[in-house]
Amino acid sequence: MKKLLFIAMLLISSSSHAAINVFACEPEWAALTQILAGDLANIYTATGALQDPHQVQARPSLIAKARNAQLLVCTGAELEIGWMPVVLRESANPAIAVGADGNFSAAKYVTMREVPGRLDRADGDVHAMGNPHIQTDARNFLPIADALSKRLAQIDPSHAAQYQQRHTAFEQQWRTAIAKWEQLAAPLKGVPIVVQHKGFPYLNAWLGLNEVAELEPKPGMEPSASHLSEVLNELHSHPARMVIRAAYQDARPSDWISQRAHIQAVALPFTVGGTPQASDLYTMFDDTIARLLGGLKQP
Amino acid sequence: MYPSIYHRTTLLLVLSTACSAAIADDTTLRALDERITQLEQRAAPTSSANAFNPAISLILGGTYARLGVDPTIPATGFAMSANPGHQQGFNIGESELGISANIDPQFSGFATMALSPAGGVSVENAFIQSNALGSGVNLKIGRYFSGLGYLNDVHAHAWDFVDQPLVYATLWNNQLGEDGLQLKWLAPTDRFFELGGEIGRGRGFPGSDTNRNGAGDAVLFAHLGDDIGVEHSWRIGASLHETQRQNAISTGVPDLLASVGGVSNSFTGNSRTTGLDMVWKYSPNGNVADRYIKFQSEYFQRKESGTLSYNLLTNSSYSDTQTGWYAQSVAQFMPHWRMGLRYDRLNPGTATVGAANTANVISNYGFQPTRTSWMLDYSPSEFSRLRLQLARDHSRQTLPENQIFLQYVMSMGAHGAHSY
Repeated sequence: MKKLLFIAMLLISSSSHAAINVFACEPEWAALTQILAGDLANIYTATGALQDPHQVQARPSLIAKARNAQLLVCTGAELEIGWMPVVLRESANPAIAVGADGNFSAAKYVTMREVPGRLDRADGDVHAMGNPHIQTDARNFLPIADALSKRLAQIDPSHAAQYQQRHTAFEQQWRTAIAKWEQLAAPLKGVPIVVQHKGFPYLNAWLGLNEVAELEPKPGMEPSASHLSEVLNELHSHPARMVIRAAYQDARPSDWISQRAHIQAVALPFTVGGTPQASDLYTMFDDTIARLLGGLKQP
Repeated sequence: MYPSIYHRTTLLLVLSTACSAAIADDTTLRALDERITQLEQRAAPTSSANAFNPAISLILGGTYARLGVDPTIPATGFAMSANPGHQQGFNIGESELGISANIDPQFSGFATMALSPAGGVSVENAFIQSNALGSGVNLKIGRYFSGLGYLNDVHAHAWDFVDQPLVYATLWNNQLGEDGLQLKWLAPTDRFFELGGEIGRGRGFPGSDTNRNGAGDAVLFAHLGDDIGVEHSWRIGASLHETQRQNAISTGVPDLLASVGGVSNSFTGNSRTTGLDMVWKYSPNGNVADRYIKFQSEYFQRKESGTLSYNLLTNSSYSDTQTGWYAQSVAQFMPHWRMGLRYDRLNPGTATVGAANTANVISNYGFQPTRTSWMLDYSPSEFSRLRLQLARDHSRQTLPENQIFLQYVMSMGAHGAHSY
């Protein structure tokens, strides 16, 4: 009898120790979940740092991982619209269905930028709910971490105290880090830049960078030779200091402008893993700012 | 509109500085926060007649085809199969209207109406799907494309070539459409493993759409798939289809007596088709937006045995095993540009014919239909595609031909998500 009781207790305790399965759509949310949940979560990252998150395929592996997930942590705001609906439908897992507690969209917790006044595909691949690249402003991680931590506690109430503890620690460290980054990035305020894709409105708003041109004629459309020449002409009258792009993007358009306008081409990690230095959320911003500061130097 | 933390914080800051500093304790702030949330909810429209409208997408597609041989002539040895052929000249064969929405927490609905070039609308898909069964179980009821093989449930606008492989054209009349129900189960494993079963009316070829209480056909399939690192992914599958064919009439079947225009035959018997499919995809860094290669191949074998009524008069036994396969590769060699190559091959098999018909029915054609197709397509955006396809078709004995196709496929409305 004692033995049975012992086994029963062991079973109960092991089940309460079982990590929750988290399906993170992008590496930055995997990294944040890792900080907030530690060993309490088993995290699968659906996309790599060198992949365009707009265009991912609903691969069998994603469907299998979503099938066993208790929590989905994604950007939302239709960033994953080209693949997530298929993954959700095929995985037949009501725990992570849209509207369920297990479906967490980070974009719901921040103020969206570039919400289009009109929805017309003549304007390119516009996102109805605003620009989804919210992870480039470090301040956005505060409300998102707060909401995610609460969501973790909701899904795994037996560890609520641990999630809260981890969140408190993260918030403190993150605020300190933001202050440090803002200080480091002070020379970037007002600096005119060119972007390859409209992926940085949040970064610009945070650090005060001044975006003067985009290499993509319309969001999601490849920079054409004629459009690049136009940008180059414009840069003669309104010079920029650097051209920036996300690590997953083709280097050629940036390099083309860089050589002709004699400005630095800067590839930013954009997410965790985008550059060798950006190994976690902290180093992602360390490296982003270091690279931007490096871009101020003449090539 | 989502409640935005920043807006709220700013409001709170304004409120708290305007009021005395004393109210800025936690409970007061929380009360204010709650009131703002309520106000936000009140400001948002609570109901509107069109807010629940389903997602609508319209595919506009069209093809220009320049053919060397009459497209109604079937592949040699497959005259008893359906022959979807091609449309010659200009046509809008690929236009379709898609509507989908969640019906309630339990079900969602999908419908696809194909716009026929001659005018009129036909129901291509119209099914409901379960949302909340859980445990990896998906139930589909209605009219849908069968889940067998790899290409069968891919809609025409998502095909990598203008047309389906020959084996799909001859053995499935391009695509097996079902009126029935499909049950799929996804195993709770780390690696993708899916089992599916369907029973249906047997509406699509090779089924015979007859009135009966039982099911007209049945399908079983299994899929296994995974990634290898971040750059490779694959899926393999096996399928089985069975149907009882009843008085399946084929017209224009060539015979040993060489009747002009062929004869009409009727077949009643059992039809069993087995298939294997595989697809492998590779993309540098897994970034499919930039470049990728996709390789796929499928093989089907159909065994039919029963009674053949030659010229609808002479009955005798008939059995045959037909096979077919294709292999194709599509490469996106730079963003927005893809190129593809496909090879098709069919084997009509050697039929065993009962004594009464040995002098009538051709049992061995001694010919294997083949085709080689090359395509180049350009997609200015995710929503538009322009394609050129050249093919050397030798599926009809003594009638080799060169085919040229020009195609456009454009989609408007809801942003569709594509399956693997």
